[in-house]
Amino acid sequence: MKQIFFIALKEVQDGMRNRWVVLIALAMAAFALILALLGSVPTGMTKISSLAVTVVSLASLSIFFIPLIALLLTYDSIVGEAERGTLVLLLSYPIARWQVIVGKFCGAFILLSLAIALGYGSAGIAISLTAETAFTEQAWSSFSKLLLSSVLLGAVFLSLGFLISTSLRERGTAAAAAIGSWLFFVLLYDMGLLGLLASDAGKTIGTDTLIGLLLANPADAYRMFNLVGSDEIAILSGMAGLSLERQIPAMVPIAVMVAWVALPLASACAIFQRRQV
Amino acid sequence: MTEAPCIVIKRAVKSYGDIRALDGIDLEIPPGECMALVGHNGAGKTTLIKLILGLARPTSGTISVMGQFPGTSGFDTLRRHIGFLPEQAIFQGSLTGRETLTFYARLKNAPTQGLDQLFQQVDLLEAAGRKVSTYSNGMRQRLGVAQALIGNPRILVLDEPTTGLDPDSRARVYAIIEERKADGVAVLLSSHALTELEARADRVAILHHGRLRACASIPELRKHAGLIPELRIKAGQEQMSALARHFAQRFEPCSFVNGVAVLNCPPRDKLIMLREILNLGLAIDDISLAEPNLEQIFAAYTDRTPAQ
Repeated sequence: MKQIFFIALKEVQDGMRNRWVVLIALAMAAFALILALLGSVPTGMTKISSLAVTVVSLASLSIFFIPLIALLLTYDSIVGEAERGTLVLLLSYPIARWQVIVGKFCGAFILLSLAIALGYGSAGIAISLTAETAFTEQAWSSFSKLLLSSVLLGAVFLSLGFLISTSLRERGTAAAAAIGSWLFFVLLYDMGLLGLLASDAGKTIGTDTLIGLLLANPADAYRMFNLVGSDEIAILSGMAGLSLERQIPAMVPIAVMVAWVALPLASACAIFQRRQV
Repeated sequence: MTEAPCIVIKRAVKSYGDIRALDGIDLEIPPGECMALVGHNGAGKTTLIKLILGLARPTSGTISVMGQFPGTSGFDTLRRHIGFLPEQAIFQGSLTGRETLTFYARLKNAPTQGLDQLFQQVDLLEAAGRKVSTYSNGMRQRLGVAQALIGNPRILVLDEPTTGLDPDSRARVYAIIEERKADGVAVLLSSHALTELEARADRVAILHHGRLRACASIPELRKHAGLIPELRIKAGQEQMSALARHFAQRFEPCSFVNGVAVLNCPPRDKLIMLREILNLGLAIDDISLAEPNLEQIFAAYTDRTPAQ
């Protein structure tokens, strides 16, 4: 347990030192604020809180942004240390290999959560303070759900990053795999699904299958969780059609994402155990 | 010494696919001994070190380090008693020297207060608070050595500890090794700087293509290699031809050229030959007796002519 803590501590120390957290938080806050300012235009006279609009924009942004930074944060963590020669030294210490993975995961998770909390949190506060709707009447529950699920989405892709980093032997291929998996989960999967739906024209693929297919992808699970969560937001995001037909308990997408954290991480530990150093 | 050997390797074989990186290695290192591991690049040194550290498992054969097989789960805790310096000691540049050693000390469950003494030993006390990225190569190497010494290990495995170090730092590193040896630490040291090992290693293990060609003290190796010391005599033209005439029976004329005579001199004939030369009463400019150095011994064991 102590070993995991020390590894995590070092990762955090290093992430703070090279200003990684600050940079990502700034980027996130900037994006969030831009989206919020643009997003507050259409609300105009409606009763929809400005934060609700921001939640929709931020969720859509997060789906692209968070997986990318999570993968970039971890794809290098094992393969890079192996190439630099620090891995052999680390493993010569009294530490089990799975502890290295779990410790590094915890460290990266803390860094990413911090960046998300700082970036989105500051944007959220700025928006609600400048909006016409009262501070307490804002869509805070949706916003906090967004924050928590974003952290979870980050964890999913951190975990996938570790799987990539432990299975591949070269940094270059690991980088390519990271970008590839990002493209797959974030863009290609949905496009494929759309193409499938269009060609099928509702003959064989029913709503259940569609929801199942959507839930299987952690990025879509995240989208479902945030955008179908409340009626106000569902209408805004255009996901109302799905949410009206089938009420999916909020726990389902969360469970999917937790599974997407646990399974790749466990596989990464198992693969790392057998890896030749 | 009556203590059981720290490291015992028996018929260890390690194959990577079709390649036999190690082929039947037998080796024992008792406490308080410094064994040098020498061999060309790719001779299997690093593989052997990995087996000892439990970073790789032997394909066959047995290894025991402090009575345990490296690679079993119980070995993880025993690693606390092993100090290891990898071939290229690279540390994260963003941390300071002190933060780096603190991290490693924590992993070894060693007290972090004693670190100043380690910094002192490798002459890095002043630089301890600076980021590793500002260190020179030599400083990083010394930080690596300090890292290996954390927690008073019973076994030290040093892969090329003196690469990139100036003569002063080299001497310092060997002084540290000497001191630890006196404490009963078993030291395994791999090096390319063969001449450096001469006075420092108790035994030398020569690896060649994954096989152990020899493992003995340097005088023993010298004897078994059949290398004969050379007697070199510098003298003027006349004296040289006198020498050539005197030794005509035993040495070819080509041994006496350019004012230098190079005569093979078996160890037991040393004094006889010297006396013989002195008795000739020639005016000799200089005379020296060169024992075959470790590089020549190494070349003899690995079937290669020494690089000139």
